[in-house]
Amino acid sequence: MKGMTMTEKIIAKHCGKDFVQAGMLVMADLDMILANDITAPLAIDEFVKAGFDKVFDKEKIALIMDHFVPCKDIKSAMQVQKTKEFASKIGIKHFYDIGVSGIEHAFLPEKGLVKAGDMIIGADSHTCTYGAIGAFSSGVGSTDFAVAMRTGQSWFKVPKSIKFELVGKPKKGICGKDIILHIIGKIGVEGARYCSMEFVGEGVKYLNMADRFTIANMAVEAGAKNGIFEVDEITHAYLKEHCTMPYNVVTADSDAEYYKTYTIDLSEIDYTVAFPHLPENIKKKEEWGNIPIDQVVIGSCTNGRYEDMLAASEILKGRKVANGLKCVIIPATQDIYLKCIQNGLAEIFIKAGAVISTPTCGPCLGGFMGILAKGERCVSTTNRNFVGRMGHIDSEIYLASPAVAAASAILGRLATPEDI
Amino acid sequence: MIVEGKVFKYGDNVDTDVIIPARYLNTQDHKELAAHCMEDIDKDFASKVKEGDIIVGGNNFGCGSSREHAPIAIKASGVSIVIAKSFARIFYRNSINIGLAIVECDMADKINNGDMVQVDLDNGLICNKTQGWSAQVQPFPEFIQNIIKNNGYINSVKKQLGGK
Repeated sequence: MKGMTMTEKIIAKHCGKDFVQAGMLVMADLDMILANDITAPLAIDEFVKAGFDKVFDKEKIALIMDHFVPCKDIKSAMQVQKTKEFASKIGIKHFYDIGVSGIEHAFLPEKGLVKAGDMIIGADSHTCTYGAIGAFSSGVGSTDFAVAMRTGQSWFKVPKSIKFELVGKPKKGICGKDIILHIIGKIGVEGARYCSMEFVGEGVKYLNMADRFTIANMAVEAGAKNGIFEVDEITHAYLKEHCTMPYNVVTADSDAEYYKTYTIDLSEIDYTVAFPHLPENIKKKEEWGNIPIDQVVIGSCTNGRYEDMLAASEILKGRKVANGLKCVIIPATQDIYLKCIQNGLAEIFIKAGAVISTPTCGPCLGGFMGILAKGERCVSTTNRNFVGRMGHIDSEIYLASPAVAAASAILGRLATPEDI
Repeated sequence: MIVEGKVFKYGDNVDTDVIIPARYLNTQDHKELAAHCMEDIDKDFASKVKEGDIIVGGNNFGCGSSREHAPIAIKASGVSIVIAKSFARIFYRNSINIGLAIVECDMADKINNGDMVQVDLDNGLICNKTQGWSAQVQPFPEFIQNIIKNNGYINSVKKQLGGK
């Protein structure tokens, strides 16, 4: 029997086989499935239309209201209402509205509802985030979610795996966002299309959980089906703190087959920014030039964790955002929001002239809480800089780390912390 | 199944944000979504597209979010099939799941805006009537043909479960 990658091992275990390999079509059992206030209503329509009246497991479905909440308009409110009524009627345990949750991909690991070894699908493309804790997790659409709610299963083509061997120690100030943008710049937005991105190597130990969540989160931006990290002491410590359920650790076999292997030297990575209008459009600091900025957004499922807030606060402390610049800071969950208040970060942000929003995906997808006008430029810690993503089709998004975003907010132009 | 229509041609990396911008994701109404289809990349698309027309893209068509609203908007616009050099995986899966025909073709970049194209899905044959050439593509495997025959994944599962 040939060796298997981490992804192959998790899939094999969930379809009752000893062995699977890239290219095989399998039907797999799911440990957790999720949807949000945009994708759940569509799935509910399909579920009801099909005449289904029960779900596979009331405790393995999570419905998190996070995209357009607190509801931005009547239609959004109707979507939340529809999801809430459905959850109540069916008896779904994990329904989360505002006040008790946050952005799904920050909230579910924090709540301990996803864990190492799990097979997870979510009707949201950034579901791949949970690879950070050693799970197989992948984004799907509303129909796949609707079917999975009823059957607890989904079909998969076992993906080819690409190994990213991380070596070296990142320089001071360089975080997960710089690393994943660097990787996407190297392989392109379809460089891992349909593949699994497996992050291994001695460099992993220098990455905290927030870094790993950010990296796995943006695997989809390289076209990947999932991104996954090896479980180590840092992962165990995180799971111990957040999750009460037992979990399974998988490691790749030494003779596992990889479609490609890249060695990424973390010590060579600098502050990395993706210019409009693709996440692969990476430019080196020397190529930036003078780019005046109108808005800065710090938050999202990519970079709305406490470590991200902390990185931003260290730069904003005792300083003011540039005159006329709008700075929107969005802690990803209620717990992170509270911690920002308790530890004095909220005061730093407000004194600097930033606004702090309650948890929401909001501006990341051009929903609300910071929509761009014609010609406006935004440095954002979010994940996509497509045309019109955050507002007007003639606006621009520069994807960056919380540190670069905070420095840009102070100087009113695209800048690094060293420029201050 | 044979479809034929006029081509609306786009480039590489057509993302789901331009197919249906998030500002319209507060509805599930298919017609309303269709009214804004492709709006941020081609503001005339919704008014010009006719039943049976074909969208042709380059590499990585449908990249970005998992919103099923994107293939729904395209299907509800009357588009009979999307042809591209390659597709992003969630979009590909969603299209099949809702019964929107979708096919990968290496020759996609040879097809021009406004060409008349015919596609024989069962036999995997693409015929560019304007330019006078044909290309063979991979026909759907059986389990995908079944999903399309049953008008979507949910219906095929319903049939399998006997309704409950």
